[in-house]
Parts: sequence; structure tokens; C-alpha cells
Amino acid sequence: MTLPGFPDAAPLEGFLGGMMIGLAAAIMLLGLGRIAGVSGLASRAMLIERGGAPWPVAILFVAGLVLGAILFGAAEPIEAVFPPHWAWLVAGGLFVGYGTRLGSGCTSGHGVCGMSRLSPRSLVATAVFMASGIATVALVNALGYGW
Amino acid sequence: MMRAILALVSGAIFGAGLALSGMMNPARVRGFLDLFGAWDTTLAFVMGGAMLVMAIAWTVQRRMAAPAIGPSFHLPGTALIDRRLIGGAVLFGIGWGLAGLCPGPAIASLGTALAPAAIFVAAMLAGMGLFRLTDRR
Repeated sequence: MTLPGFPDAAPLEGFLGGMMIGLAAAIMLLGLGRIAGVSGLASRAMLIERGGAPWPVAILFVAGLVLGAILFGAAEPIEAVFPPHWAWLVAGGLFVGYGTRLGSGCTSGHGVCGMSRLSPRSLVATAVFMASGIATVALVNALGYGW
Repeated sequence: MMRAILALVSGAIFGAGLALSGMMNPARVRGFLDLFGAWDTTLAFVMGGAMLVMAIAWTVQRRMAAPAIGPSFHLPGTALIDRRLIGGAVLFGIGWGLAGLCPGPAIASLGTALAPAAIFVAAMLAGMGLFRLTDRR
């Protein structure tokens, strides 16, 4: 299914995949009483974070992320175009790691879980990181380094 | 044991959802942020689907005294909007725009595109560790 005016968009796959992400977050919330925030759980799984979810919950959630992607990939190829140079990955990773801990969340915790809770804190965080991401891509493109 | 199974299952559904939705493709995520260029709207549909299900989950949560497993809910506050929140979101957005990756898809990609995912995740963990070492709180 395609959208008029947006030939590259995949709205149906996006919506269905999004519902699966919501279901996963609902299991964490109603089953374990926790926010499915990937940055916090990853940090906890690697013992960078002292507080937060119990360690087994964090490490198993993170392992599940990898497992789910592998299982999906075994059934259907996963299209993925990564940045053209490893330096993008290093710079991006450093900003994402530091920023998500300073701001206490990323696309999952603030975006999916916080916005659906109508948390003012998460609504502000999501608006800011989206605006920052849009500005970054626009700047990279303007400098001629778009990919 | 049940707790461990739920955590693993939740993670697996999350990972498969990321794969189905196209969010494991950094170029597509970057395309959503390319608002002034070749804008790819897919991420908005992903957010919509996820928030629809989670909005229902929150209404259920408000009627529950405790989660299915464990004595109580552990939920963050919703009110505090300070410089840490804003500054963190600005920095996260920069990294997200540079690489087209946020933590969920990056970790999920360790199973399907090991080399680039490992570079990003290693740098991300270094960034998290740097914050932990330098944070005075």
C-alpha cells in the first residue's frame, strides 16, 4: 500500500508494526509495571544504570529485541540502508547514548509510552528531539553530506 | 520465571514490530526527519499504531492496583520539564538525525546487520557510560 504523494512510505506496514510495538509496551506496563523504554533498559542491562528495572527484566527485554528481529528476518528480508561511513555511526551513537540518559528517554519511553500517557514531560521531550533531528538532517543536507 | 518470559516476549514482539514497520532501516527513519527534502511519513504511522494500543493500555492501567506480576507499578513522573530534559532531547535528536538510528532499532539490528549496528551500539553505550561518569546527580 502506498500513499499518494509519498511513494516511499509504507503506511500499512508501519501502522501494523507500530501496533506490535504498542502491544510489547503494554505487556511491560500491565504485566511487569514498567515503562518499555529501550534506552533505560539497555543502560540497565549493561549495568551502566544502578536503578530502574530488575536486571533480568532488562537483559531479557534487550535479548528479545534482537531475537524478534532475527525471527522476522528469517521469514522476510529486512531492508536496511546504513550511513555511508562508520563515523556517522560513532558520532550518532555517542549523541544518542549521552542524550537519552540526560533526557531520561528516547523514542520508546518518551515517544510511545509517555505521549500515549499524555505526559507533559514526554510530549515536550518528543517535540524537542524530533525538531532537533529534523534540524540536524536539514543541516547535513545543506552542507552536501546527505545520504 | 513468568517475569522473565514476559520480558523476553515483550522484547521479541517489539523487535519484530520494528522490523515489520521499516524502522530498522536507518535511511527510512532519516527520511522521516528529512521534512524539507524527500519526506517519508512512515514513522508517523508507526507512532500512531503504537500510541493507539498504548493509550488503551494506560486506561486499563488506571483501573489496576498493581501489575499482573509484582507488588506495584514503577512509573516515572510526568510533570518535571527542566534543562536536563530539554538538553538531553536536543542531543538525542542530533544523534538520531546523524545516524538514522535510535536505541531500539540499533539493538534489534545487532541480529541482522551486525557490523554497523555494533559500531553504533558500542558508541551509544560509551555515551551512556560517559554520562554516568560525569553526572553529578
